[in-house]
Amino acid sequence: MTYIQLSYGDLVVPALLVVMNGALSLALHLKLERQLAVASARMVVQLVLVGYVLTFLFAAVSPFWTALAAAIMVLFASREIVARQKRRLQGFWSYGLGAGCTLLAAGTVTMFSLLGQLRPEPWYHPRYALPLLGMILGNTMTGVSLGLDVLTNGVMRERAAIEACLALGGTRYQALLPVIRDALRSGFMPTINSMAAIGLVSLPGMMTGQILAGVEPVDAVKYQLLIVFLIAGGTGLGTLAAVIGGGRLLTDHRHRLRLDRLIVETER
Amino acid sequence: MLTVKALKRLHLSVSLELADGECIALQGPSGVGKSLLLRAIADLDPNEGSVELDGMLRETTPAPVWRKQVTYVAAEPGWWADAVQEHFTAWDKANELLERLRLPADCGKWPVQRLSTGEKQRLGLVRALLLRSRVLLLDEPTSALDAASTASVEAVVAERVSAGTSVIWSTHNSAQARRIGSRLLVMASDGHVEEHTL
Repeated sequence: MTYIQLSYGDLVVPALLVVMNGALSLALHLKLERQLAVASARMVVQLVLVGYVLTFLFAAVSPFWTALAAAIMVLFASREIVARQKRRLQGFWSYGLGAGCTLLAAGTVTMFSLLGQLRPEPWYHPRYALPLLGMILGNTMTGVSLGLDVLTNGVMRERAAIEACLALGGTRYQALLPVIRDALRSGFMPTINSMAAIGLVSLPGMMTGQILAGVEPVDAVKYQLLIVFLIAGGTGLGTLAAVIGGGRLLTDHRHRLRLDRLIVETER
Repeated sequence: MLTVKALKRLHLSVSLELADGECIALQGPSGVGKSLLLRAIADLDPNEGSVELDGMLRETTPAPVWRKQVTYVAAEPGWWADAVQEHFTAWDKANELLERLRLPADCGKWPVQRLSTGEKQRLGLVRALLLRSRVLLLDEPTSALDAASTASVEAVVAERVSAGTSVIWSTHNSAQARRIGSRLLVMASDGHVEEHTL
């Protein structure tokens, strides 16, 4: 495998492109320069740090440090899920549901591929486990947050319909079914759309990366296929768990709709 | 016999007994909690106190079974599907009620959006009447209806009452309360109900 190595110096000129964007914003009064500066600085710091952290993890190959890194990734994912909700659940479940479902889905699917297809030695080798988990986590997170958002908005909007069904002796599952269907559909949609466009409109980042690193395109394609299958599985599992779980939390054992368990995120 | 003992929900605190074949007219100013009371009896909101049907505590039956016997009918009924008949388990059994409540016989295939407010209100009632519940909790069931349709609703419900169904009927119209009620309960802003003479 041969690839062209970059030095930090090589990045100075390309970084000027971002500076150019900043100048443009100043000249045209777009008022984006502050945001742009913060975002660029964050990106540089975060990526360089991740580089060093991964170097450490790859050298250590320790189950403990790998698990800790994975746990931190899941925490950030669940924070992101909560941040994307207009209405969220009260108390523990606001974080717990998203975190639990992404962990369950992304964790299961990652383990499945580590033990089934990739079989690195040892199986928890961070060089395989963490990038895989990261990619699956990112997509599962999108599915879960979209699904939950549609669910919580749906029960608010369809309150009269849901309660009419309950009042006529419907169970909470019968009453919520139309909203649950909508929520699942929105959760799955991004994955389906990206699968349809892949290769034609977009060259996936991981595949491009492998090709740049000298991997034969056909081999890179096989890896990409594996990843997309895993992402589809993880998103499906995670969204299903989150939406069904959310539906349970928004109703109670007496089959009542419990909108009092939702709090509306006020503008900050 | 429906027995409500020390039912508490927000500011409400209500005890009442409703015999078979009895219709209680429930009155009181807007926002006083009439809907809250009816919803609480149907167990649609968390509430405290005991509610029994023929001595059976409602907690001893699953909530969906309870609501098929003690059915709440909202003033503005909700619709969860596109076509009218999808909201009925047995649409063909609705014919007689449709005719008596002056509803078009072919409205089953209509999209719900095509219905007027009054048609929605009467169809919501038909949907509940088909359950043949022991107790009907009617929340201003004629608020959107003209005089003729109101009379038809009153006649249909009166027939059920004489056949043994118990009804609590909330209304803002005192004349209606006297027409349909065998007893009159008035709710005050402190959340208690008081028996008045009709």
